[in-house]
Amino acid sequence: MRTNDVMLQTATKVVTFIILMFAVHIFFAGHYTPGGGFVGGLLTTSAIVLLMLAFDVKTVKKILPINYVIMTAVGLLIAIATAAASIIFDVPFFTHAYDYFDLPLFGKTSLHSAMLFDAGVYLVVVGVTMTIIQTIGEDE
Amino acid sequence: MTTIVNILIIVLISTGVLFSLVTAIGLVRLPDVYTRTHAASKSSTLGVLCILMGTTIHFWAVEGIFNTQMVIAIAFLFITAPVGGHLIGRASYVAGIKLADATVRDDLKGVFDQKTDIKK
Repeated sequence: MRTNDVMLQTATKVVTFIILMFAVHIFFAGHYTPGGGFVGGLLTTSAIVLLMLAFDVKTVKKILPINYVIMTAVGLLIAIATAAASIIFDVPFFTHAYDYFDLPLFGKTSLHSAMLFDAGVYLVVVGVTMTIIQTIGEDE
Repeated sequence: MTTIVNILIIVLISTGVLFSLVTAIGLVRLPDVYTRTHAASKSSTLGVLCILMGTTIHFWAVEGIFNTQMVIAIAFLFITAPVGGHLIGRASYVAGIKLADATVRDDLKGVFDQKTDIKK
């Protein structure tokens, strides 16, 4: 039986969203400032691990019904697809491209295909670390 | 204007450093776990918040960069550091660590069963 931990759970409910938003910020800021897919993925994992510490592994599994092994596979696929897409345009493997777009809310934004590769890295990092932690955590 | 801002920055950062020093002295000098977490979670939080506020104002007013991550860090530390201190204190009480000899009052006495670490 667990003792009552209202403090930890209430603080977690507030803090988790701050960590997740910061992870997204770090992920998107990676091109021009320190950050990127790896740090963003680790931050996201730390938010989920905080949820696991404050609540329960089973509860977290219920609110985030994600199969992290499949997530890792999808991340690897996205990374390899971004690298392979350059073959279609008759340039060497792993050649990236960028252009400026006028997005409705953000204005003039440079979109770079390295971001898609970074998304793959992000998914792989979250998937692998969560798989490790879940496997160790469910030691029954 | 610049002088006032610089004085404010110097005062904030010095206060922060002073409070961090007080924290370190408290961690060495105080007798048991509970008074030490009291020192570590309160004065170090205020110290770090003062330093962060000073750097935020410096970068905002002097360098012209408003860094929102600093504001987020201030809010984050303000929420999490006391909770961390509370959890350390409660975990040590539940684990049955003795209070200092000078303690005169223990309101939680008998609430936790020391053998099973569970609330009665």
